[in-house]
Amino acid sequence: MSTSSPAIVVDNLMRSYGSSRAVDGVSFSVETGECFAILGPNGAGKTTTVEILEGFRHRDGGRVSVLGVDPADHSPAWLSRIGIVLQQATDAAELTVRETLGYFSHSYPRPWDVDELIAAVGLEEKATTRTRHLSGGQRRRLDVALGILGHPEILFLDEPTTGFDPEARRQFWTLIDSLKASGTTIVLTTHYLDEAEHLADRVAVIQRGRVSALGPIATLGGRDHAATIVQWRDAEGTDHSVSTATPTSFVRDLLAQFPDGEIPGLRIQPPSLEDTYMSLIDEDVTP
Amino acid sequence: MTTATTERSTSRWLTLARVRFSMELRQLFRDRQQVTFTFAFPMMLMVIFGSVFTGDIVPGVSFRLYFMAGMIASGIVYAAFQNLAIVIPLEREDGTLKRLRGTPMPKSAYFAGKLGTVVVIYVAQVALLLLLSSLLFHVKIPTALSAWVTFAWVSALGLSACTLLGLAFSSIPRTAKGAPAVVTPLVLILQFTSGVYFNFSGLPSWMQHFAAIFPLKWLTQGMRSVFLPASLAAHEPSGSWQHPLTAVILAVWIVIGAVWAVRSFRWQRRGED
Repeated sequence: MSTSSPAIVVDNLMRSYGSSRAVDGVSFSVETGECFAILGPNGAGKTTTVEILEGFRHRDGGRVSVLGVDPADHSPAWLSRIGIVLQQATDAAELTVRETLGYFSHSYPRPWDVDELIAAVGLEEKATTRTRHLSGGQRRRLDVALGILGHPEILFLDEPTTGFDPEARRQFWTLIDSLKASGTTIVLTTHYLDEAEHLADRVAVIQRGRVSALGPIATLGGRDHAATIVQWRDAEGTDHSVSTATPTSFVRDLLAQFPDGEIPGLRIQPPSLEDTYMSLIDEDVTP
Repeated sequence: MTTATTERSTSRWLTLARVRFSMELRQLFRDRQQVTFTFAFPMMLMVIFGSVFTGDIVPGVSFRLYFMAGMIASGIVYAAFQNLAIVIPLEREDGTLKRLRGTPMPKSAYFAGKLGTVVVIYVAQVALLLLLSSLLFHVKIPTALSAWVTFAWVSALGLSACTLLGLAFSSIPRTAKGAPAVVTPLVLILQFTSGVYFNFSGLPSWMQHFAAIFPLKWLTQGMRSVFLPASLAAHEPSGSWQHPLTAVILAVWIVIGAVWAVRSFRWQRRGED
């Protein structure tokens, strides 16, 4: 196996439900070791795309390769190389965390040590708790533990932090960061732009079944060339906000108006991922 | 494949089937609601019917004994058909099946685990019914080997047919919530027409013919041949226990169930595949 070949290749993927085209010619590839995020509004085709990659859904057209294998073949050998974190699951409700992981570990050729894994996802204190009594965040940690139990080469995360409080989300990101550091390829769908910004190396924005933007977070949608926003407060206490392509010279000129050399309330911001994302979505909505 | 790898994959399969079986049992016995529904419900019916209907079906043979045979036959339908047709839609909704489909566990291990659970539930139900009936109603349990051989083959064929039909039927309810509403009336209607709650010979003949299409009528008749005196064969509409025909009908239902289950079993909810 060559490390330079992409972990995932998707070429002109198509899938319809009845007369509606959920996925309409999606193409992208994910490099080995990369964290790739798929963003998009509800119903844009994110979950359909990811579930085709996971082997859960069939496709109507196009070429898909995950670890060099067509997911439609769905062989046990292939399944032991990927990890799937389901969007929502309440299975194994009557089993404890340790029992659940212990049972599922038999399915994999080289599973994690169960207690080490419980520690890695921070569930030591809940190891003997039945999973029905876990909080939403703890349950997601168990789901991630089940996803990585077999040391997968690719981990799929479908909206992993929906419903998390900010602290739980931070802890979750730390966990995913450590998986990235260990070389796991990660495919993530999310509603949260800050999550994509924190975790992903590259992003695809999917709208109406098509990829509308694709690239590194920093340059998504021409973000690196977009105007910078400068905000300040004048002597009368009025707030100002100016969008400029030359923020440095703008601030130098502005500084001249303040003899004491301090600009009150000065903020210089590159366009946020959210601004870029919203402008991408708007373009699509109003053609 | 060499013999060694075949042996290794066979033992791996057995391990995984045992893991699924143990997982299923542990979850079943920890779920108080399910334990109550599965085990207490048939016992309660036995106590109620056994206490209310104290008469004899023919002089010297109590209706209680007749009802007990019918409840043991119903146990096959409860443990296999009703259980699977209600539990599998739940597993389809809570992510159990989807998770299994995304792991390298052979799918046959899941079905093996289910079959194992079905057998455990059935054997436990029968043991409880026999214990209850002999303690409360002084029903005599047969000791002849031939009776238990009949019990074994009727149970085996019935469990096979009802397990396959339960797997097939599990794809019919649109939601897990709706499953009991589809499955329970069906079982009740078959019980009423197949000689569980009423004396089968006393039913109108059109009802007898209707019931004869389905497995439960043959299971109750088979269980009556195990638990009732041999003289009662004359009391059956056909005048005999009809063992060969019972085996044939159940075998036909096994084939129907197998074909139907293979064609219709879904790992995911409708529209999500």
